[in-house]
Amino acid sequence: MLGSTLLSILIVSSIAATLAAGLVVSERFLADYGPCKITINEERELTVQGGKPLLSMLTAEKIFIPSACGGRGTCGLCKVKVLEGARAILPTEEPYLNKEERAAQVRLSCQVKVKNDLRIQIPRELFSIREYITRCTRIRDLTHDIKLFRFQLVEPATMDYIPGQYVQLQTPAYEKSPTPVYRAYSIASDPAEKGIIELIIRLVPNGICTTYCFNHLKEGDEMRFNGPYGSFRLSDTQAPIVFIAGGSGMAPIKCILHHMKNTQNQREAVYFFGANRVRDMFMVEEMRQFESDLANFRFVPVVAKPQEGETWNGQTGLVTQAVQRDVTNGAFCEAYLCGSPGMIEASIKVLNELGVTNDRVFYDKFA
Amino acid sequence: MNLSAEIGEAFVVFIAAIFTQNILLAYFLGLCPFIGVSREIKAAFGLGLAVIFVMTCTTSLNWVAYHLVLVPLGLEYFRFILFIIIIAAFVQFVEMAVERYSPLLYQQLGVFLPLITVNCAIFGAALFMVIRNYSFVATIGYAFGSGVGWFLAIMAMAGIRQRLANDRIPRGLQGPGITLILAGLMALGFIGFAGVLQGR
Repeated sequence: MLGSTLLSILIVSSIAATLAAGLVVSERFLADYGPCKITINEERELTVQGGKPLLSMLTAEKIFIPSACGGRGTCGLCKVKVLEGARAILPTEEPYLNKEERAAQVRLSCQVKVKNDLRIQIPRELFSIREYITRCTRIRDLTHDIKLFRFQLVEPATMDYIPGQYVQLQTPAYEKSPTPVYRAYSIASDPAEKGIIELIIRLVPNGICTTYCFNHLKEGDEMRFNGPYGSFRLSDTQAPIVFIAGGSGMAPIKCILHHMKNTQNQREAVYFFGANRVRDMFMVEEMRQFESDLANFRFVPVVAKPQEGETWNGQTGLVTQAVQRDVTNGAFCEAYLCGSPGMIEASIKVLNELGVTNDRVFYDKFA
Repeated sequence: MNLSAEIGEAFVVFIAAIFTQNILLAYFLGLCPFIGVSREIKAAFGLGLAVIFVMTCTTSLNWVAYHLVLVPLGLEYFRFILFIIIIAAFVQFVEMAVERYSPLLYQQLGVFLPLITVNCAIFGAALFMVIRNYSFVATIGYAFGSGVGWFLAIMAMAGIRQRLANDRIPRGLQGPGITLILAGLMALGFIGFAGVLQGR
């Protein structure tokens, strides 16, 4: 009985092993395209063993192209320009490329396999994306569910980023997740402090990354993140600015305000900060400080529903109502929004009514 | 049974697999790529052809492996594992070969091959082939017919969805939601074929 069981296992295993061996051999002969040279932006050359997708080749070389789906061709984020050496566009790429992109030779890097020498072009800012090892130096409570985390960069020691950009924080494996998880947080610190990154994080009930940061991360711990990413940034026009952001959405706005202060920016700006209750309001003193440091900046905190016993002498109601009351020159303004998709949609609607056209509305949506 | 009778039988099985026992619309197998890749006729066409090819080849291979290896050894209960391994290895091999030797074919068809490896319609066809005790010729007819049936279903769905692209669909139903409803309606339509081949 035991003998026949073992024999049957042996037979099936040997069939599987034969098939596997056949695949390994054919991979050796069929899928080996020899060394290929990838030229990036005409200035950097990589020599890699051909046969794998461009995206994973670049990641292996520590060049991080944003990708949300992990190379399955379903998110359409990993776009790069392939100037020379690529075959025709694959059917898997077609839904993600519009006419202009096709004309500009944009491709999805997860679908382009490296089989010969390639000349590619990637946005300069992606070049500076890399992994950073940091040490958490301070954790400060802002409200009952929002904290400010301050990180000292260790390796590399400084980061060049554009105010408004974000990093992807790596949560190490712990009881809530068996593998490391990445989540995006906007940089909130003063860009003049090149070795410091501050993040404003709101506790998401049951969130893997936020629970780790709130319950496990201690001052002095090592954390890793990669970045910087994102195209949310201040334009270089002179149009009056309307910032709208509540909760942890303050992060990129605060960073932009630091930058405006550092560069002596004289633009007229008003920041509407919406909170549900008075206890959700934070960093008001810092914002008042910006009012005196910047020539034409106003901070408008709005509380939706002050509870009994809470003292509040500012504006009340929805933040969008405050915008409606306050903004009179909508036809000239640029708006910068950061927050939940619902809040952003409601704000865009109100801004449109006030005469701010969509090409002058910039936003950073929390997914 | 002589060969011409077997071919006649295979032909009936072939027609039945396309219409009355359509693997997608009667058994709802292979739904994931059906919903995922039916946004455009062009992509649906490539995927459908790939399914026809892989279904016909792997089911025939699996027939050989089942009747010439497993049955003589009395190891029929291992068929689940063996079928999966054979399908995966075959698809992998074909993808590599096509990519190497025919970039044009890879362009049209090859990119869809990895999607099919884990397609339950392929595995389902191999299991039905065992359950229904088809001969080798009938198996080829059945597998080819199942592939053609799947191809027809996804082409029809892609055609409908391309038209839907300009329609106002309630937000909650956009994408997979309306696609599943359409698939249900198409399945109802295919019930109409049931009387054509009664008793088969």
